[in-house]
Amino acid sequence: MSFSIMVQTQDFEVGREYAELISGDTAAGAVVFFVGRVRDMNDGQQVKSMSLEHYPGMTENILQHILAEAKVRWELVAARIIHRIGELNLGEQIVFVGVTSAHREHAFQAAEFLMDFLKTQAPFWKKELGGDGKENWVAAKDNDEQRKSRWE
Amino acid sequence: MIRVLFLAQLREQLGTAELQVADGGITTIEALKQHLVVTHADWARFLFNNKLLVAVNHEYAKADVTIKSGDEVAFFPPVTGG
Repeated sequence: MSFSIMVQTQDFEVGREYAELISGDTAAGAVVFFVGRVRDMNDGQQVKSMSLEHYPGMTENILQHILAEAKVRWELVAARIIHRIGELNLGEQIVFVGVTSAHREHAFQAAEFLMDFLKTQAPFWKKELGGDGKENWVAAKDNDEQRKSRWE
Repeated sequence: MIRVLFLAQLREQLGTAELQVADGGITTIEALKQHLVVTHADWARFLFNNKLLVAVNHEYAKADVTIKSGDEVAFFPPVTGG
């Protein structure tokens, strides 16, 4: 499972993911990972918790597709994407992207590419529960589209 | 039949998660939307929103995509994962 994706309700352990990414490998001198977490403020509003839904079937397709695209663009040894769904509280982990490569610039760039494409392509949606008790679907940010367009 | 899904906020706006549409004569996304608003006029402002995304059989639909019986067509708002 040197290249893999996972959509799951349960939490993940970064240490274990790191260990698995480098398991049995001595070629990758560089490892980069990113973790996204539920933060307490969004667009100036207090957030209490969040629920994440996705489009089963398509999500996995898209994540596999962007992983394949990263493999074409950079020299990667291994990569893994984990995205959680369901109910998430403040501070909980949402997403993990880990990339290993012989060279750090490949690992850095591929990790950023994977996140930029995940955020704009993978069919996940966040609904926040605000401090005022109101539910609010998170709006897509134009900034994310701009970040993605850097890679085109 | 064409299986039509509405996801996330769009599902709540339409009050519908899924429906089956008899595919007689419907071969494009545009025709499918037109068909849907015949029976649900109040859906027009959501379905003809130009930010709406469309997938056919789990892939983003290109403008000229052709749909046929047995296809799964999903409509959804811009994605917000990560």
